[in-house]
Amino acid sequence: MGAQVEVAGLCIAARRASGAEADIVHDVSFSAAAGEVVALIGESGSGKTTTALALLGYARPGCRIRAGRIHVGGTDVRALRPADMPGFRGRRVSYIAQSAAAAFNPAHTLMQQVTEGAIIRGLSPRAAHIKAVGLFHSLALPDPDRIGRRYPHQVSGGQLQRVMAAMALMTDPELVVLDEPTTALDVTTQVEVLRAFRAAVRERGATAVYVSHDLAVVAQMADQIVVLRGGRVQEIGATARILSAPENPYTQSLLDAAPSIHTPPTAAKPPKPAPPVLEADALAASYGGPVGVPVLREIGLRLLPGAVLGVIGESGSGKSTLARVLTGLLPAHGGTVRLSGTVLPPAAADRTADQLRQMQIVFQMADTALNPAHSVGRLLARPLTFYHRMGGAARERRVAELLDMVRLPANLATRRPAELSGGQKQRVNLARALAADPALLICDEVTSALDTVVAAAVLDLLAELRRELGLAMVFISHDLATVRSIADDVMIMYAGRAVQYGSRAALARGPIHPYADLLAASVPELRTGWLDGLPPATEGTSPGAARVVANESCAFFDRCPVRLPGLCDTTPTPTQTLSTGATIRCTQPEAELLRLGSAITSAKATSAQPVT
Amino acid sequence: MSDTALRPARFRYGAVLPGWIGLAVVVFWLAVALLAPIIAPHPAGAILRVGTLAPASAAAPFGTDFLGRDMLSRVIYGARYTVGLSLLAAICASAIGSVLGILAAVRGGWTDGVLSRTSDALISLPHLMFALVIVAALGSSLPVLVGLVAFSYIPGAFRIARSLAANVNAMDFIQVARARGEGTPYIVLHEILPNILLPVLTDFGLRFVFSVLLLSGLSFLGLGVQPPNADLGALVRENIEGIYDAAPAVIVPAIAIATLTIAVNLAIDGLLGRSRLTD
Repeated sequence: MGAQVEVAGLCIAARRASGAEADIVHDVSFSAAAGEVVALIGESGSGKTTTALALLGYARPGCRIRAGRIHVGGTDVRALRPADMPGFRGRRVSYIAQSAAAAFNPAHTLMQQVTEGAIIRGLSPRAAHIKAVGLFHSLALPDPDRIGRRYPHQVSGGQLQRVMAAMALMTDPELVVLDEPTTALDVTTQVEVLRAFRAAVRERGATAVYVSHDLAVVAQMADQIVVLRGGRVQEIGATARILSAPENPYTQSLLDAAPSIHTPPTAAKPPKPAPPVLEADALAASYGGPVGVPVLREIGLRLLPGAVLGVIGESGSGKSTLARVLTGLLPAHGGTVRLSGTVLPPAAADRTADQLRQMQIVFQMADTALNPAHSVGRLLARPLTFYHRMGGAARERRVAELLDMVRLPANLATRRPAELSGGQKQRVNLARALAADPALLICDEVTSALDTVVAAAVLDLLAELRRELGLAMVFISHDLATVRSIADDVMIMYAGRAVQYGSRAALARGPIHPYADLLAASVPELRTGWLDGLPPATEGTSPGAARVVANESCAFFDRCPVRLPGLCDTTPTPTQTLSTGATIRCTQPEAELLRLGSAITSAKATSAQPVT
Repeated sequence: MSDTALRPARFRYGAVLPGWIGLAVVVFWLAVALLAPIIAPHPAGAILRVGTLAPASAAAPFGTDFLGRDMLSRVIYGARYTVGLSLLAAICASAIGSVLGILAAVRGGWTDGVLSRTSDALISLPHLMFALVIVAALGSSLPVLVGLVAFSYIPGAFRIARSLAANVNAMDFIQVARARGEGTPYIVLHEILPNILLPVLTDFGLRFVFSVLLLSGLSFLGLGVQPPNADLGALVRENIEGIYDAAPAVIVPAIAIATLTIAVNLAIDGLLGRSRLTD
């Protein structure tokens, strides 16, 4: 049975490098009735994880629970002595961390690790084993009777996350703390994991504290939402109330920033007809040379000046590889890339400085894309020196201009990347690409690592730059909503192929590829009950696992809800051009797809956005 | 009230103090080496009138050696050879090894294969044996000694730099530099080197210690610095007979070697890096 949780006046102090102590969580109070799910929501640095860990009586090194009351099921957590902790943590409260991959020991089987805690706490190995298999069943893991024999690397990320949930639930805890358990997962995987988590928590009647930055996810899980910012509570309320009538302006801004497939796309002038800036034809690439593992097959695309092509797919679909192939970092072994009509050599090393200048890539992780040893000024100055032979005062002036262009103060030039926030780093990352004066930007998941509000601001900036500078962009993302809000054309990739390629309007109107439909249906919506309304996953599917196909048949076959056994899996899949102008790689005829498609077409009905 | 979560902060001062002591001793030896002609009471070859292998006295605070020369002056000049040669050798080894190591990580493929296998082959040679063969072939002179010691420690420096650079090379900013069209020299010197400089410096300190020990070892065997000059290792050898008379002439240069090497280690551990690097 769940425990009643009460937190009152919680203050957590952190010791700075100087030795002085400062509060990072200020006077946080909330409570949860037995069996209730409370969500702690906020941006990175809002103190949500710190608060959640305090429920386990734990403060990270350098931090200290300074004041306040934490009661879990009648136990005063702060009064527990170190000797009581093993009986409290793991038995009565348990914790599910964000990255399951980092939380498992690769040298032991899943079963050993899931049962270890319970066996230490006195359960017999046999009983523990039976219990674990029961949990695997209720968490909807594939092959639950035998999956325990596998090692962590032998299961997918979403499955590992569920195994970790099983580990946490082994001792029937009264309180489960879930710390962003689905943030690192693909949308389609996230749906499965959320469903499993919720069923397991409800079944046991445990109280849960769910930490997340994603309001839409929280809306599916929580009864109550606590909005945190800078370590202070902004608003507390029932989920439905927070979503429909937020009282706090910050909550409102979080709601506004949340991307949704229902939001009408930002109006952008349709690009004028002109010779395309980028064309690719029948691109093929593989890791380990032409005979290696193929990761990209028959990719063709066409991009007009000032236009934006959105590329979507799950991890492993080859979308980042496409960016690397276009920029020549991974030389294609087949097909051609044309920049303003000229065929580019496949490898970046063989391209001229001017060709390189015109196509700039912006990476996802600004943390690793900016050299930590260089100052912002130096980072921005290098392309100016390299491409434009600029120096001295002219270069300094241009650096200041670039910083202004991405809405950063000029005095940031002397700082190092480590001294900047995530959003600022991503802006510097963009400014560096702009320093080259490119005709084309390739943005690889540039907003995926950012908080919702910050990501929305970066997207606005991109749209503005595109308007002002006439930049063409290839915008790669796993997030359908983000791509739809910025792109003119959309390419949907699966297992290294484009399964659908066409205008945004064509995507909105349908028909669409069944995979696009699944993607669209998996984007969490900002309303309670969305998860319950989803149709169950197709029988025998395991999200994230693309089928390896030797012949030209459909790689999506195993997960496809409208597959035609005997046809889709044996014969080469045709590429058909639809009446909307989009091309689609599917055996189902157009009329049938239109009838079967649901998510996006119904989305269109509710948003009623003008089709450009 | 429970403060279970609170642990006292690390004893920063306590952890760093030996480092400062080490640094002070290193600076002392560097000063001795630099200022030898000024601070030495006698020329290195001058013979005093207090007899051979004499005990400490006012005229010769560290006694005299087997020819009756002032041991204090001999150690001061000896430090000049030991510190100077080792420093030069360690700088060569670290600079060449690091640049090659980063190059191997950046270029990969054939460059990496050839450099790494060559380094594996060289690292399998025992340093002292190798040195013996080379000195036997080329004779002993200062350039040969420096070259020999540097060559012995290039593979170690190469390996460390390569593995450090391989981590940095996987970062996106290297991809950005490549996509920009930067050449290998820029990537090696401007993108990677600044990010691995600290551990490379730590390693440099260790190479210096190894160089001191190898040079002293060679000199002790009579293959290092040749008479009438002597480094600290040669001083131990010259006066080895004095061990039966408990003459300070043997123990003083030995202590000098020990303080120098231990001090460098303390300084590196305490001041440069928490992560300890081994060969």
